[in-house]
Amino acid sequence: MTALPETTGKKLGLVIDLDTCVGCQACATSCKEWNTQGYSAPMKDRDPRGADIDGPWLNRIHGYEIEPQSGQDSRVVHFPRSCLHCETPACVTVCPTGASYKRAEDGIVLINPDTCIGCKLCSWACPYGAREYDVDHGVMKKCTLCVDRIYNENLEPEDRQPACVKACPTGARHFGDLGDPESAVSQLVLERGGFDLLPEMGYKPTNKYLPPRTKRNTPQPGIEALPKGDGSAMDRLFKLADRLLSGTGN
Amino acid sequence: MNPAYSVILFTTASGAGYGLLALLGLIGVRAGLPTSLLFACVTLVLALGLITIGLLSSTLHLGRPERAWRALSQWKTSWLSREGVAAVLTYPVALAFGLVWSGLAPYPHAIAALGMLTALFALTTVFTTGKIYATLTTIRAWNQPLTVPVYLFFALASGGALYLAIAALFGKDPDTVAPVAGFALLMLALLKFRYWKAMDEAPRDRTMGNATGLGDTVRQWEVPHTSTNFVQREMGFVVARRHAKRLRSLFFILLAIVGLLELAAIAAPAFALPAALIFLVGAWVERWLFFAEGEHVVTLFYGNPSA
Amino acid sequence: MSAEPAIALSPKTWDEVKTTTCYMCACRCGIKVYLKDGTVTYIDGNRDHPVNKGVICGKGAAGIKQHYSPGRLSKPLIRVGERGSGEFREIEWEEALATATDWLGTVRKTDPKKLAFFTGRDQSQGLTGWWASQFGTPNYAAHGGFCSVNMAAAGLYTFGGSFWEFGEPDWKYTKYFLLFGVAEDHGSNPIKAGLGKLKKRGAKFVSVNPIKTGYSAIADEWVGVRPGTDGLFVGALIHELLNAGQIDGDYLLRYTNSPWLVIDNPGAADHGLFARDANGETLVWDAHKKTAVSTADHDAARSLMGHFTLPDGRKVATSFQLIAERYLAPENAPDAVTERCGVPADTIRRIAAELAHVAFKEQITLDVPWTDHTGRHHDTMIGRPIAMHAMRGISAHANGFQTCRAIHLLQIMLGTIDVPGGFRYKAPYPRPIPPHVKPTGKPNQIWPNEPLPGPPLGFVTGPEDLLLAEDGTPQRIDKAYSWDAPIAAHGMMHMVITNAAKRDPYGVDVLFMYMANMSWNSAMNIPDTLKYLTAKDQATGDYVIPKIIYSDAYASEMVHYADLILPDTTYLERWDCISLLDRPISEADGPADSIRQPVVEPDRDVRPFQSVLLDLGARLGLPGMTTTEGKPRYPGGYPDYIVNHERTPGIGPLAGFRGVDGSLSGKGAPNPDQLKRYIENGCNWYYELPDEHKYFKHVNKGYLEWATGFGLIGKPEPIIHQLYSEPLQKFRLAAEGHGAIQPPDSHRARIIEAFDPIPFWYPPFEGEMVDETAYPMHAVTQRPMAMYHSWGSQNAWLRQILGRNWLYIAKERALALGIKDGDWVTVTSHHGQIKGQAKLMNGVNPDTVWTWNAIGKRSGTWGLKQDAPEAKKGFLLNHLISELLPKRDGGYRFSNSDPVTGQAAWYDLRVRVEKAADQSAISSPQFPPLKHLGVGR
Ligand SMILES: Nc1nc2c(c(=O)[nH]1)N[C@H]1C(S)=C(S)[C@@H](COP(=O)(O)OP(=O)(O)OC[C@H]3O[C@@H](n4cnc5c(=O)[nH]c(N)nc54)[C@H](O)[C@@H]3O)O[C@H]1N2
Ligand SMILES: Nc1nc2c(c(=O)[nH]1)N[C@H]1C(S)=C(S)[C@@H](COP(=O)(O)OP(=O)(O)OC[C@H]3O[C@@H](n4cnc5c(=O)[nH]c(N)nc54)[C@H](O)[C@@H]3O)O[C@H]1N2
Ligand code: SF4
Ligand code: SF4
Ligand code: SF4
Ligand code: SF4
Ligand code: SF4
Ligand SMILES: [Mo]
Repeated sequence: MTALPETTGKKLGLVIDLDTCVGCQACATSCKEWNTQGYSAPMKDRDPRGADIDGPWLNRIHGYEIEPQSGQDSRVVHFPRSCLHCETPACVTVCPTGASYKRAEDGIVLINPDTCIGCKLCSWACPYGAREYDVDHGVMKKCTLCVDRIYNENLEPEDRQPACVKACPTGARHFGDLGDPESAVSQLVLERGGFDLLPEMGYKPTNKYLPPRTKRNTPQPGIEALPKGDGSAMDRLFKLADRLLSGTGN
Repeated sequence: MNPAYSVILFTTASGAGYGLLALLGLIGVRAGLPTSLLFACVTLVLALGLITIGLLSSTLHLGRPERAWRALSQWKTSWLSREGVAAVLTYPVALAFGLVWSGLAPYPHAIAALGMLTALFALTTVFTTGKIYATLTTIRAWNQPLTVPVYLFFALASGGALYLAIAALFGKDPDTVAPVAGFALLMLALLKFRYWKAMDEAPRDRTMGNATGLGDTVRQWEVPHTSTNFVQREMGFVVARRHAKRLRSLFFILLAIVGLLELAAIAAPAFALPAALIFLVGAWVERWLFFAEGEHVVTLFYGNPSA
Repeated sequence: MSAEPAIALSPKTWDEVKTTTCYMCACRCGIKVYLKDGTVTYIDGNRDHPVNKGVICGKGAAGIKQHYSPGRLSKPLIRVGERGSGEFREIEWEEALATATDWLGTVRKTDPKKLAFFTGRDQSQGLTGWWASQFGTPNYAAHGGFCSVNMAAAGLYTFGGSFWEFGEPDWKYTKYFLLFGVAEDHGSNPIKAGLGKLKKRGAKFVSVNPIKTGYSAIADEWVGVRPGTDGLFVGALIHELLNAGQIDGDYLLRYTNSPWLVIDNPGAADHGLFARDANGETLVWDAHKKTAVSTADHDAARSLMGHFTLPDGRKVATSFQLIAERYLAPENAPDAVTERCGVPADTIRRIAAELAHVAFKEQITLDVPWTDHTGRHHDTMIGRPIAMHAMRGISAHANGFQTCRAIHLLQIMLGTIDVPGGFRYKAPYPRPIPPHVKPTGKPNQIWPNEPLPGPPLGFVTGPEDLLLAEDGTPQRIDKAYSWDAPIAAHGMMHMVITNAAKRDPYGVDVLFMYMANMSWNSAMNIPDTLKYLTAKDQATGDYVIPKIIYSDAYASEMVHYADLILPDTTYLERWDCISLLDRPISEADGPADSIRQPVVEPDRDVRPFQSVLLDLGARLGLPGMTTTEGKPRYPGGYPDYIVNHERTPGIGPLAGFRGVDGSLSGKGAPNPDQLKRYIENGCNWYYELPDEHKYFKHVNKGYLEWATGFGLIGKPEPIIHQLYSEPLQKFRLAAEGHGAIQPPDSHRARIIEAFDPIPFWYPPFEGEMVDETAYPMHAVTQRPMAMYHSWGSQNAWLRQILGRNWLYIAKERALALGIKDGDWVTVTSHHGQIKGQAKLMNGVNPDTVWTWNAIGKRSGTWGLKQDAPEAKKGFLLNHLISELLPKRDGGYRFSNSDPVTGQAAWYDLRVRVEKAADQSAISSPQFPPLKHLGVGR
């Protein structure tokens, strides 16, 4: 199991638009909520009322600031982080039990909760911090790409998408087959210059991030500056008022 | 990386155990004759005991110890699995060796071969352990050519120190083990020195900018969660540079003392006892540092500018 | 390779799905609640709901943890120890209701206004306001007064709608979106969805905000304005547009009072009022006839600009003439305001040019014919695709009313209200300017055992509508509708406890509150508030506020300071009604309302507050709640009321499925099956207007007629935007000495200044009154997207995300002050000092520090352990904010509020920030821990 499939039928994954994400945490809590009763259950929290509360989450939203560069403003970027369903992830190959595997059918990287021994080595092998250990269950947890939703025949067809994607109020999260160059997600990646996280690690993440767009806080071509104050503003307004009188409007 | 006591215990104890076991095997190869029953029992029990304590401690720290057997299944791809297999296979070989070497089983002609096999399995196990760490590209400090040799010489040096101490207790001539232990000690010091140098000199070219794709000037602004999580606790531990430097020096000083004591033990074998004890202290320091200095790339997401 | 494990791809982890409405915040999204064996297992957004269309937010998806929170109350409580000691006895509901009836009945028999009934984040104001009025007390309000009433009022007095939830940007068509002072807003999900749409279409989004996080972080342009100075920025934009003649003259002439003639007669009683003809009609100047004609004369050649002399000799000018004169003055030029507002003059000029460009060069035309109020037919709907929206960055300042009016002026000058691509009304808006409801509670309207003749809250149009005692002092406990805050359309919740404790203007007998954490995060000046709540009368030894009844669902800080606790259900356990009579959830495309249905039964001895209120009403014999035989009129509680109550014949809480067979909308007889029909429809009802009614609603003949028939407005009359506000001028004239009803001398100057009929900017009071060198920084809060005020912290999921807060400060400023990342700092205002931990960032106006709102908790509350980081590291700015301004000449202390509307000025706070001498990792002040009063106490 620990061997990676040579190719996968599909490359299902997420495309996350950093230009649109406002950091609302909807994807994080809806992920926790779905998974705490779904495939990844229990995902229980420890010390829920106290100072050291902690529990597994499969999606976390960071906030970064890009320091101001010459002439540019600083910027804040909200950054959701979950499993990237890498094509060649060491999290799978290091697993001694075969509990960690990549599905040949669609490329989803999963953990078999029935065979995982909770050795945590896969979490060491993941550069992206995508694996969180569930103390109550004694096994590793990670984003399942909502494998129990996307094919779930008990859900309405339009709900067969990851909980986080469905939740995202801004529409910053997209789900689809990144192996199909014609898919909407692939097109989006192409159009917006979607990028990989830590490409030099060689894990070949499936999930892509769309970069924040350039700010538009400088004069834009085609927009004329308004005339400078020259004391004739009142005249201009009166002329305008006159024009209005002769117009059809009145 | 979080220097969890279970992992430190596992690597030091089983490292010393496998080192000792390998040396016993080599002694068997060289001597080709059974040793005294008592000596064989004590040394083998100590070696296998250390190994077992280490393995047990790491097994008990699994989330699901009852499923530990599953870890033997993925030897084709996983070094952890290979380690498990090697560790398991080492037991019968070592026992067989023990039986002939102690004279309990009267097959003296098998001693050399079984000794060879025991040493091979013991060192292979250590090799696989080293490989688990050395192949983790996420932790630059570990992911380097010297990690495995350090593990091997570490095992031999600690096994050597132990053997010398027991030999002294038994009033036995340490024979060729003394130079081997000394050599392993020297190599360990040398390799560890180079290891740290390589680690320090390696460019910290994995940056928060690469990790986030947000360029060179990115920094953490808002934490994703105000309570700490598994990733932070497991992977977020970094020892302060200054602190690490001091501990490294301590380690070398301890090694030097061990070396001197082992030299002294040539004249007065009793010095081998403190040598072994001090080595264990040094081992603990080194192991702790090994983890504490292992900076994981995931820290880049949590505010570490480069790793 | 062995086979992959077979996994269940279609697990069904629920056995039932029910729809209802979320209440993790006031956005009121439609949700689907998944249940397994009667336990809530999953909540997600309802795709068929007009508000959220399937999405959900960080809080909404964590609703399960709220619903099952150990912070829930579980039984009625009566206080047995001192207030604040946490000594309560559990009692049965019968005892609780009998006690409340006794306390309330005594008040009603003697002087009903001695009951102050205030309901915080209430979503049933239709009921609670009516209850107060039936009881006979004017002392009623919900949270609007400390929330954003100045913005609501600014809109309602200017264009008959408002920001807030009364309208929304035209997300579909707008090309340029200007957002002022919004971090989250009530339209939580709709705004996020809208921003997503803008991003997709490449529309430009400009955020004006001292802080660049959240929405501002994704804006195409961030304008890091200095708090309280948006009026200057907007004024300069208006200046630039006027200077360039870039205004929508047609829109101004037709749909606004720009051409109306204003009397120019300084010092006289009619100065600044509209000139009127003998019939009382306002006038415009006909440039062809060279005379004034009635505004009703739609064929006149209306002059937009000019000073004229009426045939009777009175001097007049058009409203717009006066506006242009004001805004063209050099003090409104970009160069004159740049330093004070912190926005570079070039940026102001560029944004003005962009507005002009988009409004006039990128106008959009929908091929939808429509007819305006004059009967003029239009073949198309022309849109100037600029939308604006604002919230508490504007409203939480004492100049918010006028600043918000300035924003409306800018919108209207560009012709962008309710046009394609502009800012659009949501039903029941637009309504007449101001809405035709007057507040009641004058001395002759309050009698023992009698209801008020009308609602407590409404809209005044002049001094004659104020609620004043015979001696001219405030008639309401919060001083709303007095000279302190004449247009306090939502009351002034933040003043109730202070005023009641000071017996200024009088003491109360019972303070009855619902859903408002008034001893903590919704109080200004918490330390004194706690003193007020526990103050005793020297003479009697009784509390100065003798009795406090409170309904909360959770063990909040406030519960400890009440005498009788009526524990409420959670939002998943009760009926609710999100009514057009209250705050709408309508879409710009048509009216909508919704309900909550109980999806689970309470597992504790709690009762839904609305039903309890109706029960109390019946026990008290309030006329609307009892039959002629003296029986409860709504024995079925709130659902009974929702279905059967009629405000006026045919109009009830819900607009959908009316009439006996459920076939009518808006007006119609009660339908016994109404709730069933709502449930079948996903717990909501939405009516989409035909295309020809979707825009220009304020002057759209078809729409106005439909809205009248539907019951949204009284008459199909156009709603002409009041850029120049005559009601304001009336107050001003009174302050200048005209008329019978006059403010006390102490108030005259302030009224004269603030009640300018033309929007203008003045410095926020606190900034003006305290020494700026001693308190050089502004301190504000922001709503965290994943927390709702105080409720969120008891949520085991949300508190992992945000279990404590930091004080954010601009890097360069911090360095100058010797403050490093992670240092503990003290923040000092003229009123108090707190300690918190600093975090440095770039994206904040350098004169501003900020923190997340309402994260700090009092130790021991909300079912949290005493060492919870919320209490030990979290902090509130509220300790620093005084509810009263420093003394003025003459010694009177006005409330720290907008002088026009009484809106609490939370964000006027001025502070000094220093590295704390004590670097221990604990925030201050720390109050003694409170006992746990929730589940399993
Ligand atoms: N998640 C969540 N949603 C909520 C709430 C909640 O607690 N949590 N509360 C609800 C309630 S009651 C309300 S009233 C709304 C309020 O919704 P918002 O209006 O979004 O409220 P605030 O977070 O106070 O945001 C005020 C914004 O104004 C900025 N600001 C401060 N001073 C100025 C200024 O002078 N000028 C400008 N331009 N900006 C300024 C602040 O930086 C901040 O970003 O949110 C509602 N929605
Ligand atoms: N510093 C600072 N202070 C502020 C603000 C700010 O921006 N900065 N914002 C102000 C504004 S705009 C507002 S609106 C106020 C909000 O202040 P509040 O209206 O006090 O808001 P909450 O903290 O949400 O508290 C409401 C109470 O309702 C209770 N509650 C929740 N659900 C239910 C229920 O189902 N039934 C009942 N009966 N009770 C329930 C909660 O337990 C809580 O005690 O805060 C104000 N305070
Ligand atoms: S993100 Fe981490 S856990 Fe997910 S596939 Fe890649 S390496 Fe494995
Ligand atoms: S924790 Fe589980 S999934 Fe991860 S490597 Fe160990 S056995 Fe495999
Ligand atoms: S795909 Fe599913 S499991 Fe993965 S982050 Fe989204 S909600 Fe969580
Ligand atoms: S739900 Fe969407 S907008 Fe919110 S944090 Fe997640 S990706 Fe960002
Ligand atoms: S925005 Fe408010 S009402 Fe909507 S889902 Fe979130 S918490 Fe619930
Ligand atoms: Mo509010």
